[in-house]
Amino acid sequence: MSETAVLYDHPGPRALRRARLASVVGAVVVLAVVAGVFARFYQRGHFDGVKWEPFSDPDTWRAIGDGLVNTLRAAALAIVLSMVTGVLLAVGRLSDRRVLRLPAVTVVEFFRAVPLLMLIFFFFLASPNTLGSYGALVAGLTLYNGAVIAEIFRAGILAVPAGQREAAHAIGLRPSQTMSLVLVPQAVRSMLPALISQTVVVLKDTSLGYIVVYPELVRIGRQIYDNFFNIIPSIIVVTVIYVSMNMLLSWVAHRLERRTRRQYGKAVLSADVDTGAAV
Amino acid sequence: MSIRHMRSLAIAATLALALTACGGDDAAVEVEKDAKFPAGSTMAELNEAGSIKVGVKFDQPGIGAKKPGADAPEGFDIEMAKIIAAKLGIEPDKIEWVETVSANREPFLGNGTVDIVLASYSITDERRTVVGQAGPYYVTGQQLLTSKDDDSIKGPEDLEGKKVCSVEGSTSIKTVEEEYGAAPAPFATYSECVQQLLSGSVDAVTTDGAILLGYAAQNPDELQVVGEAFSEERYGVGYAKDDTEMCEFLNETLTESFEDDSWLSAFDETLGKSGSEAPEPPTVDPCP
Amino acid sequence: MDTLLDNLGQILDGFQLTLVLFAGGAVVALVLGTVLAAMRVSPVAPLRWAGTAYVNVVRNTPLVLVFIWVVFALPELGIRFSFRTFAIMAVGFYTASFVTEVLRSGVNTVNPGQAEAARAIGMTFGQTLSQVVMPQAFRSVIPPLGSVLIALAKNTSVAAGFGIVEATGTLAELARDFPQALYWLFFGIALGYIIIVAVLSGVFRVLERRLVVVR
Repeated sequence: MSETAVLYDHPGPRALRRARLASVVGAVVVLAVVAGVFARFYQRGHFDGVKWEPFSDPDTWRAIGDGLVNTLRAAALAIVLSMVTGVLLAVGRLSDRRVLRLPAVTVVEFFRAVPLLMLIFFFFLASPNTLGSYGALVAGLTLYNGAVIAEIFRAGILAVPAGQREAAHAIGLRPSQTMSLVLVPQAVRSMLPALISQTVVVLKDTSLGYIVVYPELVRIGRQIYDNFFNIIPSIIVVTVIYVSMNMLLSWVAHRLERRTRRQYGKAVLSADVDTGAAV
Repeated sequence: MSIRHMRSLAIAATLALALTACGGDDAAVEVEKDAKFPAGSTMAELNEAGSIKVGVKFDQPGIGAKKPGADAPEGFDIEMAKIIAAKLGIEPDKIEWVETVSANREPFLGNGTVDIVLASYSITDERRTVVGQAGPYYVTGQQLLTSKDDDSIKGPEDLEGKKVCSVEGSTSIKTVEEEYGAAPAPFATYSECVQQLLSGSVDAVTTDGAILLGYAAQNPDELQVVGEAFSEERYGVGYAKDDTEMCEFLNETLTESFEDDSWLSAFDETLGKSGSEAPEPPTVDPCP
Repeated sequence: MDTLLDNLGQILDGFQLTLVLFAGGAVVALVLGTVLAAMRVSPVAPLRWAGTAYVNVVRNTPLVLVFIWVVFALPELGIRFSFRTFAIMAVGFYTASFVTEVLRSGVNTVNPGQAEAARAIGMTFGQTLSQVVMPQAFRSVIPPLGSVLIALAKNTSVAAGFGIVEATGTLAELARDFPQALYWLFFGIALGYIIIVAVLSGVFRVLERRLVVVR
């Protein structure tokens, strides 16, 4: 954080004292707020043994495990399918031929503008026979993330140095060959961190399965507190699981970005693609 | 149905009755040992297979609710399903319970994911064009669940401007909003509505009285079901459309259960725990 | 088609609520996001940690879970507001974590020379931040900020499961009443969202052009 260090002078003795005082005050304030929240929860009985007891029951953890598996299942399939969709859409968008480009652009823009929740709900109602809640969730996730990944792919391919495309043209490769033999392989490496970040988004978005009653992790958490009336402990547990999972993935993405950047310089897409578009 | 068939069914019913009477208060339904069904009928197939797939709710206490991590759901619909399965010669632990939410009851019957559905499934003419519905086996209507501390709501007339919770997209929420001027507050499940009621964020929860009774049974000190039913909901057993033999079998089974107290036991074990008296059992509709 | 037109009033009401949630959420997100960004770059260590903790936790939590925290857990703390306020808080708190990150990277793009110069002429940390760094940072964060706010507009749809009948909730209700008109209803309401997103994109593109950072 060397840039931010220039925001304030190297502290002299008075500033040091002031900063230390501010630190103490700040620490006290933060701790007070945290303690206050805990105290209030304690007062309302949320730390009572009986509310946490279900979590000593292996059945409860089995249910949570099922929820986690369902989340990962939906996310995994959606990620794979959306990669395929994303590549196809990106190639379409980058095509020279308008008959390929226009539909691709329309599809991408449509699925980026419509809330994911609506998509999932629509798929569920439109074809409950064939899709069911798992299918509807995966379909929605695939199309939405496919569109986002299409944009990532497009940026990745555009980030490949122009000279590569020119050289390929010079040795007589057709546009499709240029794409598949020269550009895509190079683009993939630079897109990797962004793609991993996108998996975090997909994982979070599986929670939208609640609208079609898909038994993913958040829903299981709700079932637990519906049954045992232990809202606070349940959502604490679910939040911890999600946050750890996602933090791990983000960390991997950022490590990868830094390492790739060291090797390939600027032609690496930032891993910070998560603009918060949960839906 | 032939005379011979009816006689064997009557004998079977008497046997079942006698055995149930000896069964103690566990309401364990006695399984038919020698059930005979017309060749090629769905009942014969199920009897052969020795198992049946039943669509139920997993999130409605008292009617169909599965605790996380539990092996099987519990509730009134579950008990009725066990009674039907028993008549088919299928043991309760051979029943495969499939969670059916409101929107996928018809599709699941249509594509064979389930053989029958008992999931607070109201009989309507529209649904009868898509699936078969036998029964009813329980008649309820839309009612209100309020906090015991709140005396201001005695019935739907008192709902003007009150915050009423129900499930996103349900018919109940439409009714209270349009006919009684309530402020709708949709949530994802009834349990969450009850949570909001208990924490005081909404004034009432509305849906079928049967479902509300289930919640009142869980919190008899804090919640109460108020008011007369202001709509009629007749719960039926869903089955694949045009299976007339199945319809007749179901109607027979249901009518017997009304008469031999197994229906009453099922109610007392589940919804009756709220302290409510069991209503009169209904009369089943004739088969199409 | 007729179903869509007949119920236009209800659909527009739904979108009105969507826009209210968006506006409220945007204000909360921008204000809170700025405060958190300031905390994250401040010299006071506990504030830095608190800011970092907030961002790391909230960013990695699904929005649905944030809603659950706000709508179910806050009343347990005695904080009780209308469902609308809760929804605004939920999307606002969630989006704030993303705004913070956008602002922070924006701060990092500002030439360190600017901060040094500000210090050289005697400005305090607060003045440096508010009068020199942040205004320049804002200009470079316009595009990503636009993405975050577009995401916010779409995220308001999650409120449909938490006591609010906004645009997506209206789709659920109408789809239940008129199942045969599902496709029309879906595309009609999707169109509404597309319009909102298009307008937002347009606004941000204009802003970008106006405020482009000339180096």
